[in-house]
Amino acid sequence: MGRVTPEIPSASLADIAFMLLIFFLVATTMDVDSGISRTLPPMPDSEQEDDQQIRERNIFTVRVNAQDMLLVEGQLEDLRNLRDRTKEFIANPNDEPHLPEKIVEDVEYFGEVPISRQVISLQNARGTSYGMYIRVQNELTAAYNELRDEISMDRFGRVFDRLDTDQQAAVRRIFPMRISEAEPRQVGGN
Amino acid sequence: MPGISTASLPDIVFMLLFFFMVSTTMREVTVNVRQRLPSATEIRKLEKRSLVSYIYIGQPRPAFQALLGTEPRIQLNDQFATTEDIASFIASEREARDEVEIPLMTTSLRIDNEVRMGIVDDVKQALRRANALKINYSTLSVESIFD
Repeated sequence: MGRVTPEIPSASLADIAFMLLIFFLVATTMDVDSGISRTLPPMPDSEQEDDQQIRERNIFTVRVNAQDMLLVEGQLEDLRNLRDRTKEFIANPNDEPHLPEKIVEDVEYFGEVPISRQVISLQNARGTSYGMYIRVQNELTAAYNELRDEISMDRFGRVFDRLDTDQQAAVRRIFPMRISEAEPRQVGGN
Repeated sequence: MPGISTASLPDIVFMLLFFFMVSTTMREVTVNVRQRLPSATEIRKLEKRSLVSYIYIGQPRPAFQALLGTEPRIQLNDQFATTEDIASFIASEREARDEVEIPLMTTSLRIDNEVRMGIVDDVKQALRRANALKINYSTLSVESIFD
């Protein structure tokens, strides 16, 4: 007895590991998917038409036509100004009569806050390019994010993303994101 | 002069291997449509990859253009599809997940920059009909969109 088992040679271990490594390098991807998140409105039931009347002053109409031109509240507008105009509309800092009305509500952490009844209505043509559409969506989102960051900085000294869940919910109540895309319809030709 | 010992080489390679195994995910589909995603600044990362289904829209790649032309097409999984196929696609994606996870599922729209909104609106309407309401417009990250 006393037979000595020879060691398994481990010289090729590195080669095997390299092969596995190369396989994983080739067959996998690293990119994390990121983008602008939205929630679509549910399909309305056929009987129950929701004609919730929204007052004209509370609606901010943004239209993009098939030539990728931007119409904000009926005026041609440059994309660069969209963010500031949207912010002004949402916050209505000077309580202008043509900007959204406000209703005072009691919000946790903030107390009594006037909350604007804003709704942004985004309409696009079938011929609008997706690139332009995303840039408009981006500016609208940026307007909300900036307002939320400002108020978070004021109240908590931190940006919105760094707040805890309850605080974020409170800030969201003050600036709820209301971007309505309504039903697709013809806007400014194809 | 003695050569450098290669005894630790397998360990190093294994370490690399584990890193890649953990941090990457398998490529699941071959995308057959052009994907030059738009850029945006206000982006969020998609949290749970396993709950995301993908819809690709864009011009078919040159290899498919003889057959399909250059108009933007929808791709679901590995196949070209139409808006009518979206309902069954969503249904099969739901089938593959746990029931409790269904409300958390997100549809990621990976759409080429130059696609016109017509087809995108059609897809969005189809998603609404299928009651898949959480969507994500997939974009690249940039510092400013005005460059």
